[in-house]
Amino acid sequence: MGPLYPLGIINENVNLLTAFFIGVLFGGMLEAAGFTNTRKLAGVFYGYDMTVLKVFFTAALTAAAGLFLMHHYGLIDLTKVFYPHTYWLPTLIGGLLMALGFIIGGFCPGTSFCAASTGKIDGIVFVVGVFIGIYFYAFTYEPLFEKLRNSTAMGQVNVADWLGISQGLFILIMIVIAIASFIFGDWVQKKVNQNKSPEDLEDLGL
Amino acid sequence: MKDLKNKYLNPYIAGFFIGLALIAAYYFSGEGLGSSGAYKRFVIASFDAVSHTYALKSHYSGSVVSNGNPLSSWLVFEILGVVAGAIISAAIFGRLEWKIGKSPKISNKTRLIAAFIGGIFWGVGTQLGRGCTSGLVMSGMAVNSLSGYIGLIAIFGGGYLFAYFFRKLWI
Repeated sequence: MGPLYPLGIINENVNLLTAFFIGVLFGGMLEAAGFTNTRKLAGVFYGYDMTVLKVFFTAALTAAAGLFLMHHYGLIDLTKVFYPHTYWLPTLIGGLLMALGFIIGGFCPGTSFCAASTGKIDGIVFVVGVFIGIYFYAFTYEPLFEKLRNSTAMGQVNVADWLGISQGLFILIMIVIAIASFIFGDWVQKKVNQNKSPEDLEDLGL
Repeated sequence: MKDLKNKYLNPYIAGFFIGLALIAAYYFSGEGLGSSGAYKRFVIASFDAVSHTYALKSHYSGSVVSNGNPLSSWLVFEILGVVAGAIISAAIFGRLEWKIGKSPKISNKTRLIAAFIGGIFWGVGTQLGRGCTSGLVMSGMAVNSLSGYIGLIAIFGGGYLFAYFFRKLWI
């Protein structure tokens, strides 16, 4: 029965060690998928490389389906795990800032850690930028951001409940949308790349 | 030996294993995968090292510092693992090298300035939006949380919205 640490089945040190090994799998897979290569990440927004779409949706929905089934069969109690509170306005505005950061900087925080630690200089510079952004936010938090960050609190909102459908149906709909987007993404990628030379695509491993 | 430098793991397989890592994170620790949370802990630890009083007083860091050492955190150990995992994989594929990743059409200088500015936007955005692509969106989607889906729409939808204006950086 999980989650193990919140239920007191494993101690804090085992929990932190687990964090390390789970991180190894996460970081290893991000690197293996090509996410230290900024061009592969930006490709999803320009249609020349849809890897991000495939990795991201597969990961999120594998986890959603897996956790749903484990909860159903009593292997994990999802009421005892981290469950984000929804603050829709700051998340929307923050998300748009992150979108700008993605298009301009070509990484996200996790992938930039991987890129920086494997010698990608653009990754290192990006990581420095993230730290400066956080310092700026932290030093101006009280006058500039505190009110906005805590506004529009909705509590722990489940999207399926919010839409008025069952958890399983919601996950199924998302899986269908994901598969359709993979097929569409492949079609777009083929169109965009049809006139490019093999040398052009070599770095992307396409 | 065959050159693996431009070879990547099948994206569906990589995604599946990241999904398993995410399930393991929830199963063992009741946590999602994240990274901006680890950045936050590093920043708060630096506040705490310089002035414990300030770190306690600041509304940004107070609640974290009052709970003990900011670095004794699941996310910090997870990120150390991420770094190790990335290095192992890059070594296997022969991608451990000093390099600037960029479109061939822009200069190194342009790329580095853009990476720096992009990082700053992420720094502010993750703190305001309560997480990044992993902690907010992916981990949120794994438990069907509304905030994860708002993040998904804002980050990826926003990306497509802004892509046209910054196309010269990439294509």
